[in-house]
Amino acid sequence: MTFDYHEPRTLAEALALLDRYGEDAHLMAGGTATVLLMRQGLLRPGHVIALRAIDELGGIAHTPDGGLRIGAMATHRAVERSADAFAYSPALTDAFGSVATVRIRNQATVGGNLAHADPAQDPPPMLSALNATVSVRSSRGGRSLPIEELAVDHFTTSLAHGEIITEVILPPIEPGTRETYLKFLPRTADDYATVSVAATLRFAPGGTIAETRIVLGAVGPTPIRARRVEDALRGQPVSRARDAVDLVRDEIDPIDDLRGSAAYKREMARIWTGRALAQVTR
Amino acid sequence: MSTHRVAFTLNGDRRELEIAADRLLIDVIRDDCGATGTKLGCGVGVCGACSVLVDGELLSACLLPAVFADGRRITTVEGLANDELTPLQDAFIREGGFQCGICTPGQLIAATALLAEQPRPDAEAIRSWMMGNLCRCTGYYGIVRAIQRAAGPA
Ligand SMILES: Cc1cc2nc3c(=O)[nH]c(=O)nc-3n(C[C@H](O)[C@H](O)[C@H](O)COP(=O)(O)OP(=O)(O)OC[C@H]3O[C@@H](n4cnc5c(N)ncnc54)[C@H](O)[C@@H]3O)c2cc1C
Ligand code: FES
Ligand code: FES
Repeated sequence: MTFDYHEPRTLAEALALLDRYGEDAHLMAGGTATVLLMRQGLLRPGHVIALRAIDELGGIAHTPDGGLRIGAMATHRAVERSADAFAYSPALTDAFGSVATVRIRNQATVGGNLAHADPAQDPPPMLSALNATVSVRSSRGGRSLPIEELAVDHFTTSLAHGEIITEVILPPIEPGTRETYLKFLPRTADDYATVSVAATLRFAPGGTIAETRIVLGAVGPTPIRARRVEDALRGQPVSRARDAVDLVRDEIDPIDDLRGSAAYKREMARIWTGRALAQVTR
Repeated sequence: MSTHRVAFTLNGDRRELEIAADRLLIDVIRDDCGATGTKLGCGVGVCGACSVLVDGELLSACLLPAVFADGRRITTVEGLANDELTPLQDAFIREGGFQCGICTPGQLIAATALLAEQPRPDAEAIRSWMMGNLCRCTGYYGIVRAIQRAAGPA
């Protein structure tokens, strides 16, 4: 690795550096992924632009409408321990707390996590089940996109060069909604998931399911929303859950790897989706 | 390659160094500062041998760009004891918390961070916190006992 290191103090400065160096520039947040990729020679930027000194990218707090704002430079551990994040949704702090080890969570940031776009990561499925949007800035202006539109393939996002993720915005949760995040770890407790499932669900006054969002991690090139399962559940009594869960098998696209065969993951996705639904319908 | 002037304290001593942008904290601590207590194990953030405290926070020195240390307070295993061993170090000896010792600096640093945050952790909390510090000798029982002993009854 040979590069020039830059540590801008404002977002405007960082955006100007990105424009100046173009494709030769690479952002660094916590550095957990970039350091490894550079050491392996998979990433060879001429300029590394660190985001750590930019105060406006930090912070975790309730929004006035009862939602939550997480700054891109908030660490995983800061989210895990945030009282505001816990009050918003304990499943959210669970998902951040189930990433790797304390050491990694102290260093890795939310923005870095989202831009890294490894489909086995824990926070993205949960953020997606909670209907998060991601705010992005470039020197040409800002935009915000549903988190489902961010990851487009393994380690690939829809971000254009010159764009920086500034924050994640979570909308207020409808009263009565339950949320859960389950991570299936058959090997070691600090591993990436073999399958993970994030689910939110709310009952209608009559006892049928009014709304549910179910998003799986580690079983496709991006987090996968189980829309057929969701559609089969909406407006139905909980007793339908068992049949609906079977549909998840055809929505995912797992690969054989050291965490299990594709067939095994397909079966585990069904089982763990069932467990997640059991939690949110209890 | 750009170079950068970084100033930090290592176990209370002020250090000021001119370092290249691609240096990692583990190498700066060991090679430039001569503090070789911190070990390089996996080099990819998994094993915990390189655990250090940065402003009291537990981090992997093998993943941390050394430029990130500027203005921070670094504690390594050399910085734990003053004249006497800490209760935690003493407990590692008494409970058989190590054999070959290669993982021990990282175990001590990780456990120090745990006890700073949770002074009375139960066995479950200890195992969960320490899961990122691998040991191929002890089977972990001695390590968990040592931390429990240092913490006192849960
Ligand atoms: C040992 C180990 C175990 C792990 N285990 C898990 C696990 O169990 N579960 C899990 O979910 N993850 C796991 N991870 C992955 C971890 O979540 C990511 O490495 C981390 O989230 C990346 O965050 P960072 O701040 O360190 O990013 P960096 O390494 O700094 O950056 C990662 C990428 O994001 C880009 N980037 C960073 N910030 C921004 C921004 N604001 N806007 C646009 N682009 C940006 C960078 O250019 C880079 O391409 C593990 C990592 C390690 C090293
Ligand atoms: S050497 Fe850093 S975690 Fe293994
Ligand atoms: S004491 Fe030998 S690896 Fe832990």
